[in-house]
Amino acid sequence: MTDTAERPVRTNPGSDQAHVAFESVLDVQEKSAYQRFIANQSFWVTVALVAICLAMSWIEPRFATEDNFYNITRNFAFIGIMALGMTPVIITGGIDLSVGSVMGLTAIVSGSILLTETPAWLAGWWPEAAWAHSWWMAVLAGLAAGAIVGFINGMLIAYVGLPPFVVTLGMLAAARAVGVILSGNRMLYDFVPAADGFKIIGGGWNLGLDLPFRLSNPFIILILLTLALALALRMATWGRHIYAVGGNEQAANLTGVPVKRVKVQAYVLCSLSAALAAILSVGWSGSANNSLGATYELLAIASVVIGGANLMGGEGTAFGAFVGAALIFVIRNSLLMAGVDSNWQGIFVGAFIVLAVLLERIRGRRRE
Amino acid sequence: MLLELRKVSKSFGAIKAVSDVDLQVDRGEIVGLMGDNGAGKSTMIKLIAGNFPPTSGEIVIDDEVVHFHRPVEARGKGIEVVYQDLALCNNLSAAANVFLGREVKSSIGPIRWLNHPAMYRRAGELFAELKSETRPRDLVRQMSGGQRQAVAIARTRLSDAKLVLMDEPTAAISVRQVAEVLDLIRRLKDSGITVVLISHRMPDVFEVCERVVVMRRGRKVADKPIKESSPEEVTGLITGAIHAA
Repeated sequence: MTDTAERPVRTNPGSDQAHVAFESVLDVQEKSAYQRFIANQSFWVTVALVAICLAMSWIEPRFATEDNFYNITRNFAFIGIMALGMTPVIITGGIDLSVGSVMGLTAIVSGSILLTETPAWLAGWWPEAAWAHSWWMAVLAGLAAGAIVGFINGMLIAYVGLPPFVVTLGMLAAARAVGVILSGNRMLYDFVPAADGFKIIGGGWNLGLDLPFRLSNPFIILILLTLALALALRMATWGRHIYAVGGNEQAANLTGVPVKRVKVQAYVLCSLSAALAAILSVGWSGSANNSLGATYELLAIASVVIGGANLMGGEGTAFGAFVGAALIFVIRNSLLMAGVDSNWQGIFVGAFIVLAVLLERIRGRRRE
Repeated sequence: MLLELRKVSKSFGAIKAVSDVDLQVDRGEIVGLMGDNGAGKSTMIKLIAGNFPPTSGEIVIDDEVVHFHRPVEARGKGIEVVYQDLALCNNLSAAANVFLGREVKSSIGPIRWLNHPAMYRRAGELFAELKSETRPRDLVRQMSGGQRQAVAIARTRLSDAKLVLMDEPTAAISVRQVAEVLDLIRRLKDSGITVVLISHRMPDVFEVCERVVVMRRGRKVADKPIKESSPEEVTGLITGAIHAA
């Protein structure tokens, strides 16, 4: 019996060698860093982005101006920040449809703090002291509103075990409704003088520093957050666990990864990013509207997917979310400048989402 | 005695999955656990691995009665499990899977980050010890069944495990890779680790195990050295053609 057993073992190394040689030809992992980089979807999105920008600056003289650059980067910063928050959620195999409504709710909560005439629902219990109506209190209250929504989402998904799609779809309706109720369905714009500090966060540039160029605050914050998320996903245990949950939730659980906690954290982070986008947006526009961010969830999800994340979970990067959002906005901007009716934009954005998923599918098939 | 089960039973509602099983496993042994589907093998493994506590009876490890409620507690006692479906994350590298849940970190003050080089290096050493061709940076998605087993087994080597429970490690892989996996099991034994191997495949058990335990309908019907048994006898015991041995 041992004799017959020995034979396959002995032939093993030889056939394995052949196996290895074969693999090193096809295997993506064995390729150089440069080749691995090229196999990355976010790389091709970046190439497309650069190509469109070059083409546009050649065709359209208004495109490559400092003002237009300032505007595009600021406009896509709001979606980019939301896309960054959406990234860990999608990596875990979830989805958050409520981020647009979180923007509306956050705008109203922050705006209510700053109103000259405190709204009735707030006046009952909120102190009249100066600190209670300061810019930083408005920021904190807005972020808290976002965190609460994310926490409810996360608890229902991780601990009650409801599907993310259903929970966040419900929250999409509920959070928007709360925003409408709290605002009395009015736009809030009659702010106290202290609101100037709030407005400068979203509407100012260079974070108040004296720099030779001009970048909007939202764009600078987007860049900083992209770096922070990239670091967290790559270098922190938390990031490793986010990927593990998306790769094989059961395996992650068996190896001792705190799956439920990680999921709640992902949804809280996602809502927080939407709240931050709302705070910046209100600061920039100077008014708070409960309809802020409607349908933005689609743009945020589209950015993440175009940047190479897998809606089935397990894949996605911070840089991908960044360039995905950038591509969408550059295309929108280009279409506007080319004189295409803005109502057509949705068709292009939609086509890009499908194209991105199609690309991912083709690459996935080649990998198998 | 490393592991001892004393009159262990486990019921799920009206169903008695395991009843009154006594089992002793000595240090450095490789014990084969056999039985038909529903005979109670997987329940036994899960009891020992701490997935749930027994309904009655005692589990003793190193002369100490233990009460596990979660797998992490069993791991703390040096019990590692290689699950049937391997419990690997396809989207992560081999090294990331080996260290999942117990990552190596560096730190400056309160800031801590993953020490990738250390994990790649250590995983590479483990694969070399197991004489596996697995490369630490490869994604598990791109691996053969044998390499996946090596990753799952390397994970058990991280923690100086005393007892490794293997649930059908050769069920879903090609014949050539089976030999590879059986080699891995022998290497575990060589480094002084006790292995309980659950398998449907008679040849595997007779090739690497020193003792065979047969379960039928939740009861232990045989427990004898492999030399004193034969595949025919074990088959009879599994099906019930032979009552007990």
